[in-house]
Amino acid sequence: MPAQSIWTLLSWGPDGWSDDIASGVLVTVALALATLPIGLAIGFFVAFAKQHEEPALRLAANIYTTVFRGLPELVTLFLFFFGMPLLLQYVVRLFEPEATIDVNSFIAGMIVLALIFSSYASEVFLSAFRAIPKGQYEGGYAIGLSKWQTMRLVILPQLLRIAFPGLENCWLSLLKDTSLVSVVNLAETLRNAGVAARVTKHSFLFYSVAALVFLVLAILSSVATGYIQRSLGRREAR
Amino acid sequence: MSVSQAIAVDRPPPRARGWPRVRIIGYALVGLWSLFGIGIVAYLVHAWNADFFARYAPAYLQGLATTLSLVSVSMVAGAILSLPVAYGRMSKNRILSGLAYCYVYFFRGTPLLVQTYLVYYGIGSFRPELQTVGLWWFFREAFYCGVFAFSLNTAAYQAEILRGAIESVPRGQWEGAASLGLHKLQTLRKVIMPQAIIVALRPYGNELILMIKASAIVAIITVYDLMGNAKLAYAKSFDIQAYIWVAIVYLVLVEILRHGVEWIERRITIHLKR
Repeated sequence: MPAQSIWTLLSWGPDGWSDDIASGVLVTVALALATLPIGLAIGFFVAFAKQHEEPALRLAANIYTTVFRGLPELVTLFLFFFGMPLLLQYVVRLFEPEATIDVNSFIAGMIVLALIFSSYASEVFLSAFRAIPKGQYEGGYAIGLSKWQTMRLVILPQLLRIAFPGLENCWLSLLKDTSLVSVVNLAETLRNAGVAARVTKHSFLFYSVAALVFLVLAILSSVATGYIQRSLGRREAR
Repeated sequence: MSVSQAIAVDRPPPRARGWPRVRIIGYALVGLWSLFGIGIVAYLVHAWNADFFARYAPAYLQGLATTLSLVSVSMVAGAILSLPVAYGRMSKNRILSGLAYCYVYFFRGTPLLVQTYLVYYGIGSFRPELQTVGLWWFFREAFYCGVFAFSLNTAAYQAEILRGAIESVPRGQWEGAASLGLHKLQTLRKVIMPQAIIVALRPYGNELILMIKASAIVAIITVYDLMGNAKLAYAKSFDIQAYIWVAIVYLVLVEILRHGVEWIERRITIHLKR
């Protein structure tokens, strides 16, 4: 077999690996985008609990962030990937003794990344909560808005604007953390690049391609966030 | 207004009595966490296996030592490497600052796992070339590859921390020192650094914690650190407590470090408190 040039290896189609890596990139982006809303929602509620005057609520939220920020991402991932099936199986077997449970690595990755992302995002939201003066709440109540309405119409728009730069950082680390899910056999960018590297023996080439993909994703997201930031800034009251 | 009245005004509003909804939710969540904790402890007691412990506890300790040495060597090497990078980032020379910017952007923009693979599998695939240069012994060992990748990675982060801390000191400090006749290096050492360290301590502590957490990655490139030993124990015994124990060790390690950094910060900012 003649030595293949790197251009053949990087071509699209049966001889090249570009199509495989591209499908991996889609999985990476899908995983990150699927995690984002869940993580943001959990992060918001955890931050809300952390600044609440009820001590029990604060305690519960603080335990959450201590655990998920203290554990290495990989350990959390393995615990969930190997531990969750056991737990689920135990519960399901109470009702249906023959059942077996398999956890999809996409779902497991999504849950773990959401847990990690939300615990970091909650810190960002928390400092944004603290930056909003109390008068904003009082003003909301004074014009007759309910608690929920004040939160949605008065606090949340300001909160998002303050939290945005911090959330951007969280998003970038989420994007990078998706690569960890490759170790539980999710066919994302790094996994597919690794398969290509093993088959073709061009490890340096394909891992560089993977690194390049993540760089491009980071650049694209900073372009996108810059755009969002400008549109948020335009809506700011002057 | 009398004194007692003034005190009464400053007091926070009394806590709601009875059982408002948030309190019920709060207690429920705390209850859930305690149930979870009790469940884990009960599981560990139930699954207590003296044989498992006797076989793997020494391996875990050895793994902990590997993790700590990996992190400390990379932190120190990264700190040394971060000096020229931070200098480049702050330099007025366009080429120098551009190069430093690219370095930082690459290492902060790509996952550490990719960087580690790139060093261990990527550079390792140039075996004949490395052997002629005489560097094969270095890139053959997974541990050294891990240290190499981690040092490069943390150097990028530490360079940014250093730059941020130095730039947080106002320009007037440099000018004041210059007018006293101190030259640049003296100014940096005697005037700027003592102020910059206070700013940099917390980010440095965070970076250390991040490195400890990230060091679990080297288990994937066959280094037997804490995580590597847990993986091995799980592969041999199919016992999930392998991962539970390692999670506890990491959690304790990180918490100790976090509180240690907070304690040091309280100590060195004591003169700023009123």
